[in-house]
Amino acid sequence: MNRIDQRFATLKEQGRTALIPYITAGDPAPEHTVGFMHALVEAGADVIELGMPFSDPMADGPVIQKACERALKHHVRLSHIFDMVSEFRRRDSETPVVLMGYLNPMERMGLHDFAEQAAGSGVDGVLVVDMPPEEADEVAPLFKEYHLQSIFLVAPTTSESRAATICAHGEGYLYYVSLKGVTGAATLDVSEVDRHLEPLRRLTSLPLCVGFGIRDGDTAAAVAQVADGVIVGSALVSRIADNCERPERATEELKALLSEMRHALDA
Amino acid sequence: MTKFSDLTRLPDARGHFGPYGGRFVSETLSFALEELEKTYLSLRDDPDFQAEFDRDLAQYVGRPSPLYHAERWSRQLGGAQIWLKREDLNHTGAHKVNNTIGQALLAKKGGKPRVIAETGAGQHGVASATVAARLGLKCDVYMGAEDVERQKLNVYRMHLLGANVIPVESGSRTLKDAMNEALRDWVTNVDDTFYIIGTVAGPHPYPMLVRDFNAVVGREARRQSLEQIGRLPDTLIACVGGGSNALGLFYPFVEDDEVRMIGVEAGGDGVETGRHAAPLSANAPRGVLHGNRTYLMSDEGGQVLETHSISAGLDYPGVGPEHALWKDVGRVEYVAANDSAVLEAFRELTHIEGIMPALESAHALAHAKVLAPTMRPDQHIVVNLSGRGDKDILTVAKIDGVEF
Ligand SMILES: Cc1ncc(COP(=O)(O)O)c(C=O)c1O
Repeated sequence: MNRIDQRFATLKEQGRTALIPYITAGDPAPEHTVGFMHALVEAGADVIELGMPFSDPMADGPVIQKACERALKHHVRLSHIFDMVSEFRRRDSETPVVLMGYLNPMERMGLHDFAEQAAGSGVDGVLVVDMPPEEADEVAPLFKEYHLQSIFLVAPTTSESRAATICAHGEGYLYYVSLKGVTGAATLDVSEVDRHLEPLRRLTSLPLCVGFGIRDGDTAAAVAQVADGVIVGSALVSRIADNCERPERATEELKALLSEMRHALDA
Repeated sequence: MTKFSDLTRLPDARGHFGPYGGRFVSETLSFALEELEKTYLSLRDDPDFQAEFDRDLAQYVGRPSPLYHAERWSRQLGGAQIWLKREDLNHTGAHKVNNTIGQALLAKKGGKPRVIAETGAGQHGVASATVAARLGLKCDVYMGAEDVERQKLNVYRMHLLGANVIPVESGSRTLKDAMNEALRDWVTNVDDTFYIIGTVAGPHPYPMLVRDFNAVVGREARRQSLEQIGRLPDTLIACVGGGSNALGLFYPFVEDDEVRMIGVEAGGDGVETGRHAAPLSANAPRGVLHGNRTYLMSDEGGQVLETHSISAGLDYPGVGPEHALWKDVGRVEYVAANDSAVLEAFRELTHIEGIMPALESAHALAHAKVLAPTMRPDQHIVVNLSGRGDKDILTVAKIDGVEF
């Protein structure tokens, strides 16, 4: 069984909510990423989303845009990201890793090479932000061949017929974008999220994870009442941004924030 | 039926032009794009909508724009006759307004109280601010901070028209970054906002509808050629940034196999230097940006490259997906004109014909200057004079060392 399915099966048995942190690979510098990943696992991460930096991250707010810029200053490439995941796997063979990013770098590398090397390094799933299922004809069979799960987004604006298509293509978990906006936006309305998750439950048995707007223990706990998992990105990335010159401090702050959320979820 | 008839039936139902185009957007926008497509397809063949569009083009934009025989310049170049399609005479000074009139009508039909736009040279921003003023819509225009600097006059024009210009400081601070920011705004405010994209790029259905709204240029030019020249022209030339003025001129001629078409990209310091904005001429790799697959200037890691051009309106690393296909099937030839040749053409047309072209349009003129002398005096070239040069006076003055 894929690590992602395995993990969600275990969580379900335990009646716990998945905690899914996002960081951008190579931010603030490539040598820190693997350490951050281990720290996130120690603090309670169930799945790690690792961002593949892109020059034009259209769906991201300023916090993750800047993270991409910091990583790209170091010329972080997909091949480096695969090295990071391989290194992570030497000490952690259980925590699922999902790569998240935009299509262009993947296409430029070659989709086949991407799938082969991602799988070879120990990646479990891929979320391509600017590739809805309608455009996934070329990618989907390759991911299948290499046992990479295709994670898709669902938004508040997604119609029911689109949701059905997405659920039919999605694997691992569904990433519900909790609000209209880019990553790092502020407000989140839990009852509104619940209203949208409700019909999805009828369409799919995939775990429903909610991202965008979750930034601390309170927001995590609130969302956990209606979702199978919570995803936190910008709040973590801004801890890294605040401590670019002090990676130990960044590690401590990442752990502190994630532990706070873990405790809030498990309380 | 001709060799290229199939091209007139694109895009397909999913917005693809062969391997190009499509709808590569994050999920939040999918619904808005589906809605826009539905609205547009229902109105495209609606006689009332077309009549309203045509009336606006006639009475507000001032169409048809003339086809002008640049006799003196043709004589000086000593070859083919050069005809200028005078989009510079449109209200607001460029072809961009054809499209903004059309999209503003769509915004109105959709009941959206707010429009946003991205702009490079500021022409599309001005055209958007203009139609927004006329329809009483709130208008925010995203513009790269570098372009805000080099197109100050247009920035102030937009302010006067009541639009809010938002300088974009991220990335290369030019057109592509303005488009990123406009897309982010749209994702956030999709309920009450219509995004007026300024060129034949972006996710489906934008490349199609921007083309259709600009095709009035080619329909007129075709008719005027038959009337004034007595036959179709031998060659069409237009500059290509995203490619809307070029597609507008070319599209109605696509099945006229005998008409040669040339798109002129921004050669910057020269395609061989890497400092340019000419993805087609440079054979850039295939890539995905701003919702469509096309030729895209990116490095080996797939990061989008910074572009270089004297003209803000052409300073874009990609190109409309329909152009990408037309290059592959050989319907259109794509070449580049360097900054220095562009400036020379700008000055020459101003001196000899008393017409000051936009620096974007001067790319097309620069190539006409190369091509005309290789042709006979009984042959005819139609050049799309996509805009007027008033907005570029400060840029040229700066090159001349003149300060105000
Ligand atoms: C006068 C003029 N011509 C051409 C362009 C380039 O756009 P496109 O290639 O879409 O025609 C611009 C863009 O700002 C423009 O202002």
